[in-house]
Amino acid sequence: MEFAELIKTPRVDGVVLRRPFLPTVEGTLCLTGHHLILSSRQDNTEELWLLHANIDAIEKRFVGSLGTIIVKCKDLRVIQLDIPGMEECLNIASSIEVLSTLDSVSLMYPLFYRPMFQVIEDGWKSFLPEDAFKDLESMTEEWRLSDVNKDYSVCSSYPPLVAVPKDVDDDTLRKAAAFRHGGRFPVLSYYHKKNGMVMMRSGQPLTGTNGRRCKEDEKLINATLRAGKRGYIIDTRTVSVAQQAKARGGGFESEANYPQWRRIHKAIERSSILQESLIKLVEACNDQSHSMDRWLSKLEASNWQTHVKEILTTACLAAQCIDREGASVLVHGTEGTDSTLQVTSLAQIILDPACRTIQGFQALVEREWLQAGHPFQQRCSQSAYSNSKPRCEAPVFLLFLDCVWQILRQFPCSFQFSQHFLVLLFEHTYASQFGTFMGNSASERSKLNLSQKTVSLWSWVNRPQEVERLSNPLYEANCLVIWPSVAPQSLLLWEGVFLRWKRSSRCLDEAYDEMVHIIQYNKELQNKVNNLRRQLAQLETEEPLLQTP
Amino acid sequence: MEHIRLPKVENVRLIDKISSRRASVGTLYLTATHTIFVENETEIRTETWVLHSLVCSVEKQATTTTGSPLLVHCKNYQALRFIIPQERDCHDVHVSLLRLSRPERYEELYCFSFHSNSDKEVRGQAWDFLSLKDEYSRMGVPNHLWILSPVNRDYKVSDTYPAELYVPKSATHPVIVGSSKFRSRGRFPTLSYYCKENHAAICRSSQPLSGFSARCLEDEQMLEAIVRSNPRSDFMYVVDTRPKLNAIANRAAGKGYENEDNYSNIKFQFIGIENIHVMRNSLQKMLEVSEAWSPSMSEFLEGLESSGWLKHIKAVLDAGIFIAKAVAEDGVSVLVHCSDGWDRTAQVCSVASVLLDPYYRTLKGLMVLIERDWVSFGHKFSHRYNHLDGDPKEVSPVIDQFLECVWQLSEQFPCAFEYNERFLITIHNHIYSCQYGNFIGNNQKERTELRHQEKTHSLWTYLWENRTDHINPLYRPDHSQTQGVLRPVTAPYCFKFWRALYNRFDRGMHPRQSVIDYLMAIREETQQLEEQLVSHEEKIAMLEKEQGKSIQTKTNTLDRSHAVWASPPSESCLGLANTPGDYSGLGDFLSSSPCQQMGPESSLLILPRPGERRKPSDPDLSTNSDDQESGIADLSSPPSEDSAKDPDEAAYSAA
Repeated sequence: MEFAELIKTPRVDGVVLRRPFLPTVEGTLCLTGHHLILSSRQDNTEELWLLHANIDAIEKRFVGSLGTIIVKCKDLRVIQLDIPGMEECLNIASSIEVLSTLDSVSLMYPLFYRPMFQVIEDGWKSFLPEDAFKDLESMTEEWRLSDVNKDYSVCSSYPPLVAVPKDVDDDTLRKAAAFRHGGRFPVLSYYHKKNGMVMMRSGQPLTGTNGRRCKEDEKLINATLRAGKRGYIIDTRTVSVAQQAKARGGGFESEANYPQWRRIHKAIERSSILQESLIKLVEACNDQSHSMDRWLSKLEASNWQTHVKEILTTACLAAQCIDREGASVLVHGTEGTDSTLQVTSLAQIILDPACRTIQGFQALVEREWLQAGHPFQQRCSQSAYSNSKPRCEAPVFLLFLDCVWQILRQFPCSFQFSQHFLVLLFEHTYASQFGTFMGNSASERSKLNLSQKTVSLWSWVNRPQEVERLSNPLYEANCLVIWPSVAPQSLLLWEGVFLRWKRSSRCLDEAYDEMVHIIQYNKELQNKVNNLRRQLAQLETEEPLLQTP
Repeated sequence: MEHIRLPKVENVRLIDKISSRRASVGTLYLTATHTIFVENETEIRTETWVLHSLVCSVEKQATTTTGSPLLVHCKNYQALRFIIPQERDCHDVHVSLLRLSRPERYEELYCFSFHSNSDKEVRGQAWDFLSLKDEYSRMGVPNHLWILSPVNRDYKVSDTYPAELYVPKSATHPVIVGSSKFRSRGRFPTLSYYCKENHAAICRSSQPLSGFSARCLEDEQMLEAIVRSNPRSDFMYVVDTRPKLNAIANRAAGKGYENEDNYSNIKFQFIGIENIHVMRNSLQKMLEVSEAWSPSMSEFLEGLESSGWLKHIKAVLDAGIFIAKAVAEDGVSVLVHCSDGWDRTAQVCSVASVLLDPYYRTLKGLMVLIERDWVSFGHKFSHRYNHLDGDPKEVSPVIDQFLECVWQLSEQFPCAFEYNERFLITIHNHIYSCQYGNFIGNNQKERTELRHQEKTHSLWTYLWENRTDHINPLYRPDHSQTQGVLRPVTAPYCFKFWRALYNRFDRGMHPRQSVIDYLMAIREETQQLEEQLVSHEEKIAMLEKEQGKSIQTKTNTLDRSHAVWASPPSESCLGLANTPGDYSGLGDFLSSSPCQQMGPESSLLILPRPGERRKPSDPDLSTNSDDQESGIADLSSPPSEDSAKDPDEAAYSAA
């Protein structure tokens, strides 16, 4: 299929663009296979380059022959295009509709994108499981890297290489996989260097209604316990949801079969509910009524903040079991690809200072989300404005980012990156020129050969100028565990995403610049004083030489 | 001392609010001014001091097997839960505290005993620190339009007004007196803020005694005089800050609002801010959620909504914006009143001033503003903030709402305010504490009679002497945000719950690292570096002169040794010694957890002792300030561009 067939009117003159916080621009609108472009054909005037993939929904309006298209983007921005001529407007609208909802992966922009920057370090090779395992090997010998899934036959959503207990052979893994949802047998997620405790993740056990058991599964997870120690299983679902899962063949680990484990149920909602929550929250933010009661009641009804609190609380609990109780933890929900990953990745941010660096955070996203098989493409194909019925869409990763932002707010000096990095990741999960978030698993990405055919987001992010832009000026590395507060008073609405296009951030940006300025000036002075001190020392040592001719 | 039945109880437990199973054991002391709890920890002596005048309620709960619980709630939102072993002791403490926390006479207030032995002369001078005369002259009055009127010199016209008032030059004595007779409590229209750029003014008064049809020629002339004192405008706004229904109801009692037909050249406007009773209940409701033990997100947001608190804050701010806009953009004068003109009127006038004039966004400016619009104009501090045992219906968080409006603004304009939120919280604390004489009594006349300037200390001098604690490091007088009129957005989502005030003592809820502290430490370090820079330059110049040779600047371009200086100022302000909260929601979970023990943060319950200044954490400068050795190691490096460009050195080498 050619894009040209889909573009009925490739360009229209005299189009007026209106968007938040920027002056109105009049210019020529062009449609290409992947972009909606508005050009004023004048220097110094901002142009609009919008990926079709970023368009979540459009609305058409007509007043006489003047048509208006409201474009609602997945990054929550809303822009307006006034197009003279009814036919042109209808053509443009229908083309955008088709181009923004193309299902075919082979037509996606990352496969066409050629970088305009020099790739210094190929992001596709930056975070290989082998390398991560080398770090683990330096700390412990109790784990091995298994290639039981090398052809993705044991678990389609796992990567080819996974870390498992050394004493457990591949046969046991295969059998345990058959007992877990989606073949997701328990694998290592995190090793806590301080006390050697571990966090594992998996899919739910397939106990069904008759309480099926699997010796290999029991053996596998028991192999991670030290003699006489008990572990915790954190089931991200409530008891009743987990009970109901039995009827569909799922279930949870019974005390009888897993006597060395204590099970704790939490209440992280399933994806469809999260998507609804996002839609309601964005609607609340767009409410024009100016009524405080209405705003607070809509904010409450969206339940978004409740989800943030629940996810963060569960992650804190997992971290607490590991660090404070000195116990190993297994985390799972149903599939083990959503709430499970929110919990395991956030727990690592709390426990492991490395995850709070720019590189370390990328490694975490790579390890705990991309390699771990979070279905990004399914989850992020629609955002808050889409009119289509949601299929598998859910802001699971956005909620994770929101939780990270909450911790960042509470520990503003403990992260090497600023919230810009989190916002950037949010944008790129929904629409991107990079191939990183394409596909739903390592196996899909490998089939599409994305590492050859597309550029990795990490290649872009890790260039010095971008690292600089995403850096947090307040950062002072600290090796401590950081325990966030999960009190409702401590959790705020993430303005940087949800109010980003609603109100100007000018004053807050100025404050940020001022902060950067204060810190930079201090550093400059430090350098100057050090130089002078050295000079002084030199002069003082030279003095005696002069006196003895 | 006669009210203290029991000066000391041992083996008392102080229960942590976050986790009821965390408790510290210690001794409870009752003194004439404070309740003091001293923990029985051997290593560090941890003390919790609570000023009696800050106690707003003492509640004795049913005795259990562990002892008798005593709940102490404070006006600064501190809440303490003691468990006293013997019921009889608990009863005695309860009765004593009830009496101690409710003084019956002004003379019993803490300010009269606080540092009462200090030098009287110094104390007197301290009161001169702020002068309203200076403030009016800063605004540009008296001038050819506004004059200082002696009419209330002896508080005869209005006993709740200050002695010195500014009125339009054209308003004659009979007009003023006539107008005052037509206004509640004699509070006739008078100047609050004057904008010298365009002559527009904010005036304030109480409601007119108009009833259903009464009118008063002098009052009409008074308003006409105000219109005339703004030569560029031919009308003025009269803003009644009450809801229309309330104002109408007042007519039945012979009060009410201005009839546009009787006053020439006025535009009348209602702005619905609710009365003190609604506000008191609203705060009460909000505190119920903010003090609740581990509320869910929904409970919290629902509680916040149903309390209506943020709605009221928005109403006050919106009113301030209306007035600021009239003055700054339209150049029109405004007369503001409510019923008596000492609550909502004070709020709205002072919010408008903060929006209009950058001066009120400085430390001294905010002090002056509170002194002018609140203290001098007879805001009933002692009644509203329950200084003496009195009518609970008189109590209401009126100035609290003003302070919160300022805080909400500072969140929107982080560079526009010279003070930080701690300044606002400290002021809030002392409005209730009665430690300083500024806010005792209900008006100037009462305070003068109490001879507060002779007998008590002034909060303003204390705050000024400790201003480094209250500075916003992001403030720069020349910043664009600092200039001109503030134009805040008042969409509902711009208003936040003020955690730092209402959950002030729940330190676990606050960010564990403070950006403000970090930046303050950096700024302090920067200042020291600036001094060192100068002294080093001088020394170098001197040495070089002695050595009589031309300079060869020898410094290195790539200064890697600055690691020496990279002492993280954050370390000391991080307060990272945090412990996990209760994440499990399970009662019996993690019983062996170290978090059950008292974490170091428990000491944060402590109030600074009266008069004791809490030092901001010092960046660790001392360790490296004399470290020169690392410098010597790098002497061979080539000259840096920086020092080559240094104008001082260049001049010197030329000579």
